[in-house]
Order: sequence, then C-alpha cells, then structure tokens
Amino acid sequence: MLYKLSLKNIKKSFKDYTIYFFTLILGVAIFYVFNAIDSQTVLLQTKESTYEIIKLMTQSLSAVSIFVSFILGFLIIYASRFLIKRRNKEFAIYMTLGMGKRKISMILFIETIIIGMLSLVAGLGLGIVLSQLMSLVVANMFEADMTKFAFIFSKKALLKTCCYFGIMYLLVMLFNTIQISRCKLIDLINANKRSEKIKMKSPVICTIMFLAAVGILSYCYYRVSVPDGTNALTVKELGNIILLGVASTFLLFWSLSGLILKIVQMIHSVYYRGLNSFILRQISSKINTTVFSMTIICLMLFVTICVLSSSLSIKNSMTANLIELAPADIELMKKRNIPKELQEEYGYTDKQLESSYKTISETLKELNIDEDKYLKDQTTLNIYIDPGLTYSTSMGKTLEKTKKMYPYLDYDSPEVIVKLSEYNKIAKIFGNETYTLADEEYMIIGDYETMTELRNQALKEKTPLTIFGKELTPKYKKVKNGFIEMSSNHITDGVIVVPDSVINLSKTSTQLEKEYMIANYKANDQKTKEEIEAIFTDEKLSKLYPDITLEGTSKIAIYDASVGLGAMITFIGLYLGIIFLISSAALLALKELSESTDNITRYTMLRKIGASNKQLNKALFKQIAIFFLFPLLIAVIHSIFGIKFCTYILETFGEEEMLASVSLTMLFLILIYGGYFLITYYCSKNIIKERKS
Amino acid sequence: MKKILQIDNIEKYYGNRSNLTKAIDGISFDVEEGEFVAIMGASGSGKTTLLNCISTIDRVTAGHIYVDSEDITKLKGDKLNKYRSHELGFIFQDFNLLDTLTAYENIALALSIQNVKANEIAKRVNEVARKLDIQEILQKYPYQMSGGQRQRIASARAIITNPKLVLADEPTGALDSKSSKMLLESFNHLNKEIKATILMVTHDAFTASYATRVIFIKDGKIFNEIRKGASTRKEFFDKIIDVVTLLGGDLNDAL
Repeated sequence: MLYKLSLKNIKKSFKDYTIYFFTLILGVAIFYVFNAIDSQTVLLQTKESTYEIIKLMTQSLSAVSIFVSFILGFLIIYASRFLIKRRNKEFAIYMTLGMGKRKISMILFIETIIIGMLSLVAGLGLGIVLSQLMSLVVANMFEADMTKFAFIFSKKALLKTCCYFGIMYLLVMLFNTIQISRCKLIDLINANKRSEKIKMKSPVICTIMFLAAVGILSYCYYRVSVPDGTNALTVKELGNIILLGVASTFLLFWSLSGLILKIVQMIHSVYYRGLNSFILRQISSKINTTVFSMTIICLMLFVTICVLSSSLSIKNSMTANLIELAPADIELMKKRNIPKELQEEYGYTDKQLESSYKTISETLKELNIDEDKYLKDQTTLNIYIDPGLTYSTSMGKTLEKTKKMYPYLDYDSPEVIVKLSEYNKIAKIFGNETYTLADEEYMIIGDYETMTELRNQALKEKTPLTIFGKELTPKYKKVKNGFIEMSSNHITDGVIVVPDSVINLSKTSTQLEKEYMIANYKANDQKTKEEIEAIFTDEKLSKLYPDITLEGTSKIAIYDASVGLGAMITFIGLYLGIIFLISSAALLALKELSESTDNITRYTMLRKIGASNKQLNKALFKQIAIFFLFPLLIAVIHSIFGIKFCTYILETFGEEEMLASVSLTMLFLILIYGGYFLITYYCSKNIIKERKS
Repeated sequence: MKKILQIDNIEKYYGNRSNLTKAIDGISFDVEEGEFVAIMGASGSGKTTLLNCISTIDRVTAGHIYVDSEDITKLKGDKLNKYRSHELGFIFQDFNLLDTLTAYENIALALSIQNVKANEIAKRVNEVARKLDIQEILQKYPYQMSGGQRQRIASARAIITNPKLVLADEPTGALDSKSSKMLLESFNHLNKEIKATILMVTHDAFTASYATRVIFIKDGKIFNEIRKGASTRKEFFDKIIDVVTLLGGDLNDAL
C-alpha cells in the first residue's frame, strides 16, 4: 500500500521532480565520467614519464571526487527538503487520516529509493556513453594515438559512483525522517495559508549598505588586480580579501533587493507599465528571503568561471611557454668543485667529490660518450657564487621593506653569478637578447615576475654590489628578461651578469658552483632524436653513473611532463567547474519552479482581471530571467578581476589565450546555465497555464 | 434603458453521456444599464457557474451571452483578454488581491494591463479612492488591512477601468456583518453615483436586499424573480425571505 502511494506520488509530482531528476542524472554521469578516466588512460600507449603524471592525475581526481560528492550531497539534501516542504498539505491529509509519522517517513523512504535507483541507472547509462567521448578527449590531451576505438567500461568507477551516491541517498533519508518527525500537524495544515510579510527595508540604510558594499568590493578588486610592486598581497591578506568579498557580495544583494524596487517605483512610467509592478514586487518579495542563496549561487558561479577559464588557459599557455622556455634539445648540469668541508653536510661520496672537479666534456669522455657524435651547438655556462654576496646584500636599502612583506624568503642564499660572454652565448641559443656591459657595471636577468619586481626596487635605487672584490653598479633600472635553465615555467628568479674581467678564478676554485652545457641533438628525424635522448635522460645518467654529479634536462622530458600536468589541471578544472555550474543552476531552477507553483493563484487572478497569456508569459520570462541573470552578472564582474588575479598567480601570458579559454567558459555557461534557464521557463509556463475545465 | 447583458437560453453540462450534470439548464434574463442585480441560490444551484460563464472563465455548452450586443461566447484569444480587461470588473469572495503589491498598486495594475499612461493612472486611482473612501489605506499591503478594507480595494480595482459590468462573486462571504454593510453601501453608492451595473452572486438574503432586483436559481433554472421597486430595504428583505422560505432546502441555513 505504502509502495503504491509512493509510486503514485512520484508519477503525480513528476513535473516538480523533472529538474531534480535531471540534475541527479547529470551529477551521476559526470561523477562516473571523471572517475573512469583512470581506466581510459591505461589503454593509451604512453611513455614512462607520462605514466607518472597520469597516476598523480587519477589520485587528484579521486580526491576532488570526495569534495564533489560533498557539494552534490548538499544539493540533494537541500532539494529534497525543498520538495518535502511543497508537500506539507499532502502529509497533513495523511496525518489527519491517522497515518503515523513513521509511515510517512516510510513513504518518503520508498520514494527516495525509487528516485535514487532510477537516477543511478539513467546517470550511469549516460555516463558510460559520455565516457566514450571523453576517451577521445583524454587521448588528445596526452597526445597519444588512439589506434583503435575500444568500448571502455570501468567497473571501478561504476562501483565508486554507486557507493558515493548510495551514501548520499542514505543521508537524504535520514534528513527526511528527522524533518518529518519534527513537524506539527497544525503547521502542515496552515503551511499554505501563511502569507509572507513584506518587510520594506529602509532606503537610507539600503543606500548606505550599497555604497559600503561597492566601496569594499572596489577595494578588493583593486588589491587583487594590482598585486605587484610594494603592496604585493600576502597569503593572509588574500584570505581577508576573500572574506571581505563574500561579505560585501551578501551586502550588495541585500541592499540591491531593496534599492532597485525603490528606484523603479520612482519612475512611474516604467513601474506602472504592463505587469512591471507585479514582476518587480514578485522579485523583491522573493529576493528578501533569498538573499542568502543568491549570494551562494553568485559565489559558486564566480568560482566556476575562474576555475574553468584559468584551467583551460593553463594548458595553452604551458604549450606556449614550452616553445619559449625549452628551445634547445638538452641541457646538462653538473655540480662543480664541491668543497671538502661541505662533503659530509650534503652527503657526497668521495668519488662524486673527485668527479666534481672535472668539466662536463671531460666527464663525457670518461664515460665513453662521444660528445661530437651526438651533439651539436654545445655551449658552456659556468655558475659562480661569492659567499659575500647573498640575496640580502643585493636587495640593498629595500631589504627591510621586502622582509616585512615576505618574511619566509631565504635571504642568506648566495646569488648566482655568470660571465657576460658565456651568458650571451646561451642567450643566442635560447633566442634571448644579448647585452654589453662596461667594466664597472652589472645587470640582472630573470623571468619570475614576483621576484623580478622586488629586484627592480633595488635596481631603481642603483644599489652597488661588491662582486669578487670589485664594486659594480647596475646598468639597467630593471631586471632584463631571460633565463639560464630550461623548464616548463618562468622560474628564473635572478641571475647576476658581470663583465668577464671580474671573474678571475682558478679551475679548482670552490666558487665555481655549477656548469651547464646546452646543446642540440645531431639528428634529422624523430627516431634518431629519441635514440640520443635515451642516452642523456636524467634517469639513465644517475642510474648508470651514480658517482657523477651530472643531470640532464631535455626538451622532450619537459614537454611530456608539462602535457600531463596541463591535462591534469584541465580535467580537474572541468570537473569542478561543471559540478559547480550544475549545482548552482539547479538550485535556482528548483527555487523558481516552486515559486511558480505557489504563484498559480496570482497568475489566475491576473488572468481574471484581463492580462493576456502573452503578457503573463512575458512577465514570467522576465521574472525568471532576472533571477538567473542577477547573480550571474555580479559573478561575471567578480570574475573579471578574479581571472586577472589568476593569470597573475599562474604566470600565464597572452591575451589571446585567455580570450579563447574565456570564450570556452562562456560556451559552457550558456549551454548549462542557459539550458537550466530555458527548462525552468518552459516548466513554469506549463505550471501557470490556464486549466480548461 | 439600454440592455447591457442579455443571457439567451444558456446551458452548461458537465460530465459525459452516462453521467450528465446540468449545472445550468436553460437560463435567460437581461440586465439593464445601471441595474444592481443579485443572483441567489443554494450551493450547487449553478449560480457560480453562471457567473463564470458570463466572465468567460468557463464556456457555455449551448446558448448565447451578449454584452452590449456582442456575443462573448464567440470570443477568442486577444479579444477575450480585451473583453475581460475592458468590459468587466471582478470582485471575489476571497478578495484576490496580490499580497505582494500595495493597495494602490493593486488598483493601478488593472489599468497598467491596459497600457494606460502612468500619470493618467495616478489621477484615476486617486479619484476612485476618494469615492470609496480608501485614501488612507492606499499605501498599505493587503495583510495590513481588515477584510472589509480589502474588499473595498478589490471593488476599486473592479470599477477603475469603467467596466460595462461589475461581477461580484459572494463579495460579503468572508466579511463580518459590519464590514458587509459598509461594503454593500459602497456598492449602492457606486450603482447610484457612477451608474455602475453590478451583477452579484450571493446566498445571503441580507446582502441580496441591497440590490434592485433579485433572481433566484434552483437546480440550474430560474425559480423566481423579484424587484425592489419603491419598497424600502427592510420590506424588500422580507420579500426575499418569503421566496427563500418557498425555495426551502439549503438556503434556510444561510439565514
């Protein structure tokens, strides 16, 4: 009997449930798709180095899944509470007929099970179909060949999805039972009669709050979008700014809900046109009670936009960075002239110590690797350190200020010094600018922006430095762009370039710290390139010759690692972004739909006093559109500055790349958010439709 | 006198062939301009169905309804909406005011639906508010008013569009006797001063006694019709009671 009742309830209220059901299916499908990536990558023919990053990716994806399940769990519980509230009258009838609370809970219990099962089955079905598409994306991301199309089904992901959603549904049942056991019959019966009191907010307070919110927000915007130079952001301050931003967003919604009505009311020709007064009152009466959820939805949208657009741009800018930052085929690095005093501290063996006094070329000869057979364009760069020259000395007068902002930097680490002629040689290979210096001049090369900004302060002050006993002054007021180590990112925090004449050291001087050899492979095709690569890869060098302090960084290795990292970030971004987007859109849609049900009487009344269906539909459209657009608009404004901050933090460059990823984000937004909007509108239209008797 | 409303042998059936309910079974009558007609009948007699048919909320099965010699049973789409918003004024038992709007805005809405200009709206709302003595409560919300005040706002909304016909469905049904009296007196006032034609459905003899003519309906048919003529309200009330007694049944418990 109870089962029959539940089934009939679901059938009857299917209209109310459509969006809820739809969201559940989407949630399940997405959960499955991203957890099934694991099994898709297994089929790919990938290299060792990519395999490592894939392992990291699947681990991060499952960590993110836990977070996602919290969000979805919250959404499901919220939605089901919402749907229960809508059915107060029905429960009241059951209770007056003498049905116990336990039995009502049982009805809900059965309903949750039916809906849960249906959504799981449908969602998994959709997920399995979507994950076939996803495998194409995965292959493309890892730049692996999809030699043949294989139907991929991940049992692990299936079980995981069932398990996670099973727990969520159990929680829902628990919450439902608690909610039912708490309600009183009299409240249930009167639930629909209680008319909400409309509190008009004082326009003066609203204006003050609005101005305050705008003021705080502009301060936050300013702080995150101009983060460079002397007033750079610390982590603690960033936290404060986020809190301020959240609070002022809430204030903004709170004050605008009162203000907009007041302002439009003053413009009589707009307010008293058609159903405008009705629409505005509808919105403001709702916004009064939904300021909190509006804030949450706005912030979720904000996070979605930022996460999606920055994660999508990371991969692009990484590829762009690679071309710039890894121009040569190989860079070998050898620790040189290790002082005897430091041997124990760093744990070097005697042989390693001995070997460190030989150049890279000498070492290669010793290892019977014919340098000239494999390599061309070899260039050597020596790195020197002067124990007297540390980061704190080179900061000069600006040290105090910097220390206040970044107390955790290592100020005692020695500065890296190179000879001008050697730098110019590698700059040529890397395609960077070459320089000339007078005898008493020095300059600084770097590309890690946060650090170069700090150094610029000191350079502006014309801070003189004593290097190997000679006093030098800076030639430029700014750090010049350049790097000496190949990598996938801008990591060069500052290299001091001095005239050759400054450095007159013996070959065994312990002030020679490192030696680099940059070279290209002597190869015309990919195959020979890979063969040579195999000789110089890092793992091989350190495994075969443990007694030598030689390391190699190749273009191919950097490229592989960065592809994997880019893919990982993209996937996590997509996963989180889509889940956030769906959750916020579903929240809004559910709210709007239930409002429409509550408003049936109002619309019927409007129809009775002569409003046409066209007018009513237009009013409904405007009302729902404003509700969907309002939080989106503020989220978009937030995002403009948020994305600016993200690009700064992530050091991604290029307006065009950002534009591409922002447009892709917009596409997602329009598709998902817009889709929810349209569904909500058509369902609402259906709800308020005139019922012909 | 001009005939505002002509009802020509209308019928309204519910259900199917095997189980047919005749809610209205051949009713015909006319209402002249400036008349205040009350329709009385027990619950289930078909009086609300009749009102719904006149207001085009419901459609008749057979027969014709003419408002100002236009057959409204033939109206469709935009013309129907235009008819409702321009020719009719509605007053309901449960007021049907929008609780989110103030009294002023509720009244203004009837005009803004017709796309009347904002300054014109203000003029007309203030004018009707003066006539119904509701100026003080114009800025209040429905939940801040008494039932009688709400019903007067609803009346103001019904007449502000200068409708040919005002339809009132049990307007005193949710009011106490004092508010009922005040409302009915304002109906009388509207009827006499601005010549509003009012058609009111009620089952309360006291309410009906304010009308100039009372039509009694029983089982979907017209049972009787009495006119106030020159008699006082008290005499008319007694006459109504006589017919109600004759009618018997449910109506007795309404007294």
